[in-house]
Amino acid sequence: MTRPRTAALVGNPNAGKSALFNALTGARQKIANYPGVTVERKAGRLILPSGEPVELIDLPGSYSFEAASPDEEVTRKVVHGEFVGEAKPEVIVLVLDAANLEQHLVFAQEVLELGRPTVVALNMIDLAERDGLVLDPAALEEALGVPVIPTVAVRRRGLDALTAAIAEAETRAERDPRDHRGWHLTLPERRLAAGNMAKGAILSETAQHKVHAGLDRVLLHPWIGPVILLAFLFVMFQAVFAWATPFADALDAGVGMLSDAVTRVMPESVLRDLLTEGVIAGVGSVIVFLPQIVILFAFILAMEASGYMARAAFLMDRMMQRVGLSGRSFIPLLSSFACAIPGIMATRAIADPKDRLTTILIAPLMTCSARLPVYAVIIAAFIPHRTVGPGIGLQGLVLFSLYLSGIVGAMAAALVLRSTLTKGAASGFIMELPRYQMPRLKDLAIGLWQRAWVFLRRAGTIIFSVTVVLWLLLSFPQAAPGQSQVEASFAGQASKGLAVIVEPIGFNREIALALIPAMAAREVAVSSLATTYAVDAPDDDATASGLAATLSSRWSLPTALAFLAWFVFAPQCLSTIAVARRETNGWKWPAFMLLYLFALAYLFAGLTYWLAVALGL
Amino acid sequence: MTLATTLEALERGRRARIVAIDWAALAPEEGKRLRALGLDIGARVAVAHRGIFGGRDPLAVLIGRMTVAVRRVHAAAMEVEPL
Repeated sequence: MTRPRTAALVGNPNAGKSALFNALTGARQKIANYPGVTVERKAGRLILPSGEPVELIDLPGSYSFEAASPDEEVTRKVVHGEFVGEAKPEVIVLVLDAANLEQHLVFAQEVLELGRPTVVALNMIDLAERDGLVLDPAALEEALGVPVIPTVAVRRRGLDALTAAIAEAETRAERDPRDHRGWHLTLPERRLAAGNMAKGAILSETAQHKVHAGLDRVLLHPWIGPVILLAFLFVMFQAVFAWATPFADALDAGVGMLSDAVTRVMPESVLRDLLTEGVIAGVGSVIVFLPQIVILFAFILAMEASGYMARAAFLMDRMMQRVGLSGRSFIPLLSSFACAIPGIMATRAIADPKDRLTTILIAPLMTCSARLPVYAVIIAAFIPHRTVGPGIGLQGLVLFSLYLSGIVGAMAAALVLRSTLTKGAASGFIMELPRYQMPRLKDLAIGLWQRAWVFLRRAGTIIFSVTVVLWLLLSFPQAAPGQSQVEASFAGQASKGLAVIVEPIGFNREIALALIPAMAAREVAVSSLATTYAVDAPDDDATASGLAATLSSRWSLPTALAFLAWFVFAPQCLSTIAVARRETNGWKWPAFMLLYLFALAYLFAGLTYWLAVALGL
Repeated sequence: MTLATTLEALERGRRARIVAIDWAALAPEEGKRLRALGLDIGARVAVAHRGIFGGRDPLAVLIGRMTVAVRRVHAAAMEVEPL
């Protein structure tokens, strides 16, 4: 008897595939991209009852093999064994939403027509029961001719039975005399068959999804809905600032202690300075923002898992339509609040190419988590910590207005782009609004861990190396007595040219110096400033913990505000540019993106600076 | 007696059956997507919600146990017969 070595999860979007994938593979997951396309490949290890491992892949959700999006194209090719470099999965695990059989059985027939070893997971059967549906899996098994296992991924119900069925799928398929290839049907015929099979499998059915309809009545209400969404987003941004503080303070203290310990243990040397002033001050000043990034991602992941993200798209469609986009762009743009890279990658769900291009071009204007370290340190240094109303802190309000500026800028840019460079017919908005679900802690935890890891890896690689190089450029050649170290260094001399350009918008030499390495990633600006001022300071006062204090004593308020305005627009992220190049297949659009965003950054930083000076701030 | 109307003009909560679709009014990709979601001739539908602030765009359409968001232009291309 041969055991399968590969299996793939296939099913409609919103069938609960990801939760099932998490439940079957646990944290043993590998996430990468399919070569040549920007569709995420999720693979994990499933352990069979015999103890043997199977590589399980989670294929993108599809409505049909007649592919309408790059995601669906990947699913079709992998299942048919046409994807170069990807083995044809030996067993197909077809995931169906138990509460939506009539719809999901349409694609199911297409999958079964392949005549491959298949196991059906009748998923989310608990939600179907909650909705008053009583199902008969045996009747469905009879109709489909393959094993049907009722599962509740999030409660681990049916997983052992499903795993056992996967182990035996291949041998059984060899015995199964049924010839699925005789099925070839047209879409209306399939739909009719799906309706009949669903009817046959439903033993009894009461009124439809009451909870779901009730929630939609409130959350999609034409007046209350948008207010709730705005309130939710406001709470999200307040939380990012307020809840993260104790954790950030603890991390900050840890970084300080580590720096002190190294100073005490090591003899005075260039190497010690490199460690404390370069590595620990630089990387440490970025690591302390991990709590904020985790909180932001927690909100976004919870929105996605609960089904509210699609409602937000529905609510925002009309506004997005005004600027020539659709509600579909809202999800990539909202993801860009976490990071423009997943945001730009999420644009592949947008069918219209011009819509998609516009969304890619404006995605970097959404305030990504990498700007948070920059905003956070400047706000902490220059905006007083006081309240301006019940539950509304001034710092949170400033942060909110920075986010708002990015959104307004993006909308204006979209409007201009859609009537010039990406001119074309307005695109449609067609999407399924999935049922509401309680987000599961485990799925959130896995998602959060994956995002936090990406951030930490960036901190450990890009930010680490940039910080070290910057420290070297800042520390050599050594300053003569009475001369500032920054002035004397290589980097200091190099930044003189840039300083001339940015002086009119209120930026000083240290800022010019920080902007160069921040091209790699925005948050490097913070570590660069920390490194610069640490090198410049006679003692260790100015390491990470003291950066805010240092800045507030050395910068004027107009300069600080101009610096914030700069970062609302400036496209300082190499990874984003690289992703934009890959997604648009060339340098033309990323080059345009760089140009127009830097122009906006310069313009608005200048306006902010001169306005603030004129107001006497 | 039933009066044919379009899905766009259908009052909220009223159940209806799609009797004709003007495919020419829809982009091919849009037609494909609508069909994949089951919005095709013969489907029983109802309008559950309409867009925000008194605007009528987009629409949340109930089809089977699913809710699908579509734009007014799509709904206007679908002729329905109230049930």
